[in-house]
Amino acid sequence: MRSSLYRILALVQKEFLAVLKDPRSRTIIFLPPILQSILFGYAASFELNSVPYAVLDQDRSAASAALLSRLDGSGIFHRQADLSRAGDISACIDSSRALLVIQIGQDFERHLIMGGPAQVQVVADGRNSNTAGTALGYFGNVVDGFNADWRSGHGQAGPPVQIVMRSWYNPNLDSRWGMVPSLIGTLTLVGAMMLTAMSVAREREQGTFDQLLVTPFRPFEIMAGKAIPNLAIGLAQSTTILLIAQFWFHIPFSGSFVVLYSGLGLFLMAAVGLGLLVSSIAATMQQAMLYAFLLIMPFALLSGLVTPVTTMPKLLQSLLLINPLLYALDITKRVYLENAGFAQLVPDFVPLTVIGILTLSFAAWFFRKRLA
Amino acid sequence: MKDWPAKLRRIRALTLKETRQVLRDPSSVAIGVAFPLMMILLFGYGLSLDVTQVTIAAVDLDASSDSAALVGAFRLSPYFRVIAAHSIAEAKALVLDRQADGALLISSDFSRRWHLGDAQVQILVNGTDANQARIMQAYAQGPVASWSAEYAGSVGNVSTGPVVVVDRMWFNESNDSHYFLVPGLIVLVMTIIGAFLTAMVVAREWERGTLEALFVTPVRVGEFLISKLLPYFGLGMIGFVLCLLAGKFLFHVPLRGSLPLLCLASTTYLMVTLGIGLLVSTVVKSQFLASQLVLLLTYLPAMMLSGLVFDLRSMPAFIQAVTYAVPARYAVALLQTLYLAGDVGSVIWPKLAVLTAMAVALLVLTRLATRKRLF
Repeated sequence: MRSSLYRILALVQKEFLAVLKDPRSRTIIFLPPILQSILFGYAASFELNSVPYAVLDQDRSAASAALLSRLDGSGIFHRQADLSRAGDISACIDSSRALLVIQIGQDFERHLIMGGPAQVQVVADGRNSNTAGTALGYFGNVVDGFNADWRSGHGQAGPPVQIVMRSWYNPNLDSRWGMVPSLIGTLTLVGAMMLTAMSVAREREQGTFDQLLVTPFRPFEIMAGKAIPNLAIGLAQSTTILLIAQFWFHIPFSGSFVVLYSGLGLFLMAAVGLGLLVSSIAATMQQAMLYAFLLIMPFALLSGLVTPVTTMPKLLQSLLLINPLLYALDITKRVYLENAGFAQLVPDFVPLTVIGILTLSFAAWFFRKRLA
Repeated sequence: MKDWPAKLRRIRALTLKETRQVLRDPSSVAIGVAFPLMMILLFGYGLSLDVTQVTIAAVDLDASSDSAALVGAFRLSPYFRVIAAHSIAEAKALVLDRQADGALLISSDFSRRWHLGDAQVQILVNGTDANQARIMQAYAQGPVASWSAEYAGSVGNVSTGPVVVVDRMWFNESNDSHYFLVPGLIVLVMTIIGAFLTAMVVAREWERGTLEALFVTPVRVGEFLISKLLPYFGLGMIGFVLCLLAGKFLFHVPLRGSLPLLCLASTTYLMVTLGIGLLVSTVVKSQFLASQLVLLLTYLPAMMLSGLVFDLRSMPAFIQAVTYAVPARYAVALLQTLYLAGDVGSVIWPKLAVLTAMAVALLVLTRLATRKRLF
C-alpha cells in the first residue's frame, strides 16, 4: 500500500515535470484560460449596447421629432443617417450601416391626434435574426415609453394593470453573470481533456509508454499517475477563472466553496477520465487531439452555454446525459449565483461520479490489457 | 524555366504522399467528413435560441375571481405552464429546485386596486440565465394584455397604444435561426479542417525529424508547402460541399448571392486557416504546443469573437478592436451577406480583400519561417 503510494507520487512528479518544465508549455496551459475568460466575459452577451439606425421621417412634425429625440436620448440608439427617399432604405440595410431603419409616414401626427393608432414602420437587418429581434424589442420599449407619456399628456387613462418585473439572483439581468461562471467549466474541460489525452498519446507516439508498462507500476498506478496531475492542473485553471469572475468582473459569489469544489473535483474526474478514454483509441497525438475535439465540440455546443438545453429535441437531450459539461455548468452557475447546496445538486453529482468511475476504471483496464 | 517538369514531379510525389497519409489516418477522415456531418446535425437540430415553454409558479394571494381569471390567461398561453404556489418563498424554492423558471405574484389587494384602476402584478424571473429571463419577461406581456383586453369591456377602459410598431425582418422574414447558423457553420468547419490538421501534421514532421530528412533532398521549401496545402485544401472543400448541400436541402436556407462568389469567399477563408495552421506549426515545432495554439487562435475566436453567436456591436471597444484581427469575423460577415442579402459589393469586396491579404501574409510568413530553419 505504502510503496504503491510512493510509486504513484513518483509518477505524478514525473508528469508535472513533463508538462511544467518547459516554459512555453507552462504558458500555454495558464495563459489561455486567463485571456479567454476576460475576453469572452466581455464578448459573450446577448444584450446590445449600441443600435445604429437610420430614419425616414416623412411627417417632420412635432410628434415625430418627439419620438426620435426619445430614441436618441436612450443612449442605445445611434442615428447614422436621415433618409429622404424610401428607395434609400435597402442600401442602408444592405451595407450594414444601420441595423434598423425607422419609417414615419406623413400622416403620423394627424393619426396620433385623432386618437390613433399611428403606425411606425421598422425594417430590421435579419442577417442575424437574434440581434435583430433584440433591437426590435428595445425599439418597442422606447415606443411604450412614448405612448405612456402621450396618454398622460392627453388625458387618456393608462393601462389598467402594470407589470412589475423583478429578477432573482441577477438583479440587472446582466448575461455576464451567468456566462463567466459557465466559463469555469467550459475552459477547464477543454484544458483537462486535451491535456490528458495528449499526455498519454505523446508517450505512445514516442514509445515511452511501453517502457512505462514494463516498470513495476501496476496499471491502476499508471492511471492514477496520469489522472492526478491533470486533475490538479484543471483545478488550478478553474480557480484562476473563479478569481477573475470575482475580482475582475466583480460578480458576487453567493455560494459555498466546499460545494463548488466538490462539484469541480467530480467534474474534472469525469473530464480526465474521458481524456484517458480518448487516449486509449488514439495512437498518435494528432488522433488524440482530433478525437478529443470531436467530443468537446458537441459537449460545449450542447451544454446550455450558448443555447438553452430545454429547447433541444428529446433524443438529443437523452444522449447528452453523458455530457459532463452539462452538469458542470449547472453546478457552477447555481452555486455561484443561487447558493445551491448539495441537496439541490444531487442530480448533477451522481452522473458525474458515474462517468468518472466508469471512464477511469476503463482506463486502468485498458492499461492492463496493453500490458498483457 | 527549364526545371519546371521536375518541380511539378516533386510536388506531385509529395502531394501523393501527403494524400495517402491523410486517407490512411482515421482521424483525418473523421475531421474531414464526420466532423462536418456532426456539426450539421448539431446546428440543425440541437441549437435554438427560442424558449418554447416556461414554467411559472403562480402565487395568487388575492384569490378573487379577477386574479383567478388572470392566472387563467397564463394557463391559456402556449408559452406558459402554470403551477400553483402558496407563498413567494415556496415559489423561490421551486425556482431553486429547477421546478419553475419564474413566478407570477398577485398581491392580496389586487382586485380592490384593479377596480380603482392602478393594479399591479409582479413577474419574478430567475436571472441566472439572463437571456431566457428576458424572453420570459417579454412572453408575460401577452397573457396580461389579453386579460386586460377581455376585462376592458366590463371594467375600466383600455385602448391600444397611440403609436403601434409594424416591424419587418429583412433577409429572414420567418425569423428562422438556421438562416444565420448555416453561414456560421461553414466558417466553423473551414476553421477546424484548415487549421487543426495542418498544424499537427507539420509539427509532427519537425518533432520526428522527417522534415530535416526531406530538406536534404532536392525538394524546395515552396514545393514542400504546396504539397502540404493541397490535400488539406481538398479535405476542406469536401466539408464545404457537405455544408452547402445541407444548407440547401436540409435547412432550405436561400442562397441570394451568387454561388461562384460564395465559393471564392469560402476558399479564401480556407487559405487563411491553412496559413495559420502552417505558420503555427512551423514556429513552435511541437505538436502539443501547436494544437493548443491553434485552438486558442482559431477555434475559440471563431466561435465567440466573430459575430456568429454574439453580436460584435454589443462588445466593449477594446474587444471590438481585437475582433478586427479575427479572420472569422470577415468570413462570417461575408457568408451571411452572400447567403441572405445577396451580392452587396460594399460589404463583399472590402472583406474579401482583407481575407486575401491575411492569406497572402500568412503564407509568405510561413515560407520565410521555414527557409530560416533550413540553414
